[in-house]
Amino acid sequence: MRNLQLDADGKLKHLLTIEGLPKKILTQILDSAETFVGVAERDIKKVPLLRGKTVCNIFFENSTRTRTTFEIAAKRLSADVINLNVGTSSQSKGETILDTVDNLIAMHADMFVVRHSQSGAVHFIAQHMPENISIINAGDGRHAHPTQGLLDVFTVRRYKPDMHNLRVALVGDVLHSRVARSEIHALTTLGVPEVRVIAPKTLLPADVGKLGVQVFHDMKAGLKDVDVVMMLRLQNERMTGALLPSAQEYFKTFGLTQEKLSYAKPDAIVMHPGPMNRGVEIDSSVADGSQSVILPQVTYGIAVRMAVMAILGGGA
Amino acid sequence: MQLPNPEALLAEITAKIQAQLQPNTALVGIHSGGVWLMNRILDNIQQNIPHGTIPIGTLDAALYRDDYAERGLKNEPKPSNIAFDVRGKHIILIDDIFYTGRTARAAMNELFDYGRPTSITLAVLINRGGVELPIFPNIIGAEILLTPKQNLQLSQDSKGKLHLTLEAYHA
Repeated sequence: MRNLQLDADGKLKHLLTIEGLPKKILTQILDSAETFVGVAERDIKKVPLLRGKTVCNIFFENSTRTRTTFEIAAKRLSADVINLNVGTSSQSKGETILDTVDNLIAMHADMFVVRHSQSGAVHFIAQHMPENISIINAGDGRHAHPTQGLLDVFTVRRYKPDMHNLRVALVGDVLHSRVARSEIHALTTLGVPEVRVIAPKTLLPADVGKLGVQVFHDMKAGLKDVDVVMMLRLQNERMTGALLPSAQEYFKTFGLTQEKLSYAKPDAIVMHPGPMNRGVEIDSSVADGSQSVILPQVTYGIAVRMAVMAILGGGA
Repeated sequence: MQLPNPEALLAEITAKIQAQLQPNTALVGIHSGGVWLMNRILDNIQQNIPHGTIPIGTLDAALYRDDYAERGLKNEPKPSNIAFDVRGKHIILIDDIFYTGRTARAAMNELFDYGRPTSITLAVLINRGGVELPIFPNIIGAEILLTPKQNLQLSQDSKGKLHLTLEAYHA
């Protein structure tokens, strides 16, 4: 079966997940993002690529930051943006997802940015799309959050350009994290030789071995000599049952402190997709410290989302 | 067809640019050929004046092209880099081959998003004919009239020497 994300010529049609995307496409997105980084520093923070196009942000699950960065990205490309918080509108009145989407298609939207709490929901919507409309997954359940994965590898590449010579550790709640999955796929596709995950057994998926990563349950061993530390947020809202004793206990064992960070290489960078739980997965002194690139991640997130939209929005 | 020596044309446009230098002149090259030319021109000019006195920048113009809707985003756009304040500058915009005028239009639109320059002068190595817009270069190394089926390409070898090649156009 043809990859739903690619058209007949192998060009990007929708961005649903990084899994299965060829390296060529990932590199194209990252290289294009480089050209968009500078747009924010100009007198006029806009380029005309998507002038006259309408981008519709449909968020079936709330997210302020992701929605805002998509909105800024679309506006810097000169698109018109409609934000729809479906949780608070038609769905609560009983409308189905496809009816909601059909209505927006009838309003001549050109591109949809979709977030949903159910894994696979965004694929479902993409299958339903007419030929000329592109979908970007802004996070579906535990499945994927491709633009976050892309902005994270973009950040890594900016600080550590030699991707073929890196050791990267992801720390924390891998089980519930769509970000972790997207990051792992992006890193391995781009040729990072060693990707580690460090987490308690209760926060690892059963099939973690299939992701091609090394598994650690101890910070000292797991962080030893890594170049990049990617922290993950404890996803309390997705947790059912007692997976953890307490937040304090978790911080003691897996929270990133200066002391634990000292096991990594001295020039290692610290990343976090946000929103951060200070004092739970990361200590404030690390989050605000000299090795932290957490705020540059946010800035680069806009450039990467502009690149994705620009690639999807052009070409007949 | 006998093609001119691009090194000789470079010397020619360098001299013309030098004659137009003003206190507020800045050089901006359009990727990729225009950037090679700009760097060579700068090297030559700076033999006579102190280094660093002429601000320089590079543009890709990929984000301003009028064929985006048909052809999509160029595969490997290069980042634009205008690190000086464009306002009040006399900008000499440099490209290798002038053809339809569409790249120059896109580059001028991009420049204006950095600020309002006092003037823009367009300098090109070769005008190959076929302009489709009311835009014309002010400084030209040579005119070589070509058909749409021909493609003239500037390249730079590992020693920095410029070469011109004429090929059949592939869409």
